[in-house]
Amino acid sequence: MTVPARTHRPTPGQTVGPFFAYGVEYPRMHQVAFPHSPGAILLAGTVHDGAGSPIPDAFIEIFGADADGTVPRARGAFRRDDHTFTGFGRAFTDDDGHYEFWTRNPGATAGRAPFFAAVVYARGLPDKLHTRIYLPEDERALEADALLASLSADERATLIATRTPEGHLHHDIRLQGEKETVFLAF
Amino acid sequence: MSDRTAAAPESLLASPDQVSQREITQEIQDLHAAYARREEAGETLPTTMHDFPPYRSSILRHPTKNPKLVDPETIELLSPAFGQRDVAAVESDLTIQHAGEPLGERMTVRGRLLDSWGRPLANQLIELWQANSAGRYIHQRDQHPAPLDPNFTGAGRAVTNDNGEYLFTTIKPGPYPWKNHVNAWRPAHIHFSIFGSSFTQRLVTQMYFPGDPLFALDPIYNTIWRPQDRDSLVGVYDHDLTSPEWSTGYRFDIVVDGPDATYFEPEEA
Repeated sequence: MTVPARTHRPTPGQTVGPFFAYGVEYPRMHQVAFPHSPGAILLAGTVHDGAGSPIPDAFIEIFGADADGTVPRARGAFRRDDHTFTGFGRAFTDDDGHYEFWTRNPGATAGRAPFFAAVVYARGLPDKLHTRIYLPEDERALEADALLASLSADERATLIATRTPEGHLHHDIRLQGEKETVFLAF
Repeated sequence: MSDRTAAAPESLLASPDQVSQREITQEIQDLHAAYARREEAGETLPTTMHDFPPYRSSILRHPTKNPKLVDPETIELLSPAFGQRDVAAVESDLTIQHAGEPLGERMTVRGRLLDSWGRPLANQLIELWQANSAGRYIHQRDQHPAPLDPNFTGAGRAVTNDNGEYLFTTIKPGPYPWKNHVNAWRPAHIHFSIFGSSFTQRLVTQMYFPGDPLFALDPIYNTIWRPQDRDSLVGVYDHDLTSPEWSTGYRFDIVVDGPDATYFEPEEA
């Protein structure tokens, strides 16, 4: 079936500005999974600008499948009950540009390479940026991934997280410059 | 990893070069003309320009490469599920969050959340934040000499109803000074954060007020380079939404962006 022509022009995006914190903060917003609960891991990293400096006034949102690959449909991402997995989280960068989430490793859906969908916002960033954060383990699935296959090796590396010895995920995001993170349009 | 340390956020708010408003306004006009020429020459440009030097803090924070066009996967075609469990009804009234009433012009803003085909989006979360009537944000980093209002925080949330409608009651915000350049003032605005039915539709934007004399001077408003797109961020005064002896009313409809893959409801996919 063909998709009909769009009839409504989208509302343009704007920067979150400098003073977003009190507007979008809510309790335990970075705890997609309860810390240290079975299967909970840290997803953490630093957001950098084009000079390589950390960005202390950015925030990241993630939306990810549960460990078995199912996309969460449960409500309650803004009212954590500490056991329902909603898949959604939000994290501010701190004064060192560092962000972190407690979450779960997303499982594969239909054999595809699992990833977190992520959106980046910052003061000085005129509109949101979409990206993906892939898990590093399943090399075959990563090779078969359509987006990753369309990228150079350097670009691919900006989208794949690193597993730490503790089993956590490390992933830096660079808004500009050498190793600039690959951002997405849909 | 970089071994650079972050500058104190307070120091980041003032741009280093501090040029005049006249120079900033000229930069804005020159860029808009250049974008129009590029579009005429066949280039496809985004609605909001990431590379917009008059907004000085964007210079090191905008990507230099074009975004990669991808087919969204399941996780991107759905969105976090929201409902009244996530937001209490009182959170949409910013004038009743404290013991007393805030100062300023009481106003309501009402609108519909639609997709690219004009279909209403029910049960989606809208977050809102703003300065008070004096143009002061409650944020600690806003230290300009306008008064805080002990009865106004300036943050609210709502979930759209079955018709995709939302309603906030608030106080009209004042313009506020920032340090992008000498004598830089932002037009009065309300920040909106919107979830659509698909994570790809995530939107953060700002609503402005009709006839603001600061529009042509503001680098942030003008990151949106086409006049008709800028106009779509201006709330429409609607006398039918104004209540006698109570509040003025504005309408602000919001359209989240496609993509075509979101045309089908997830359960039909």
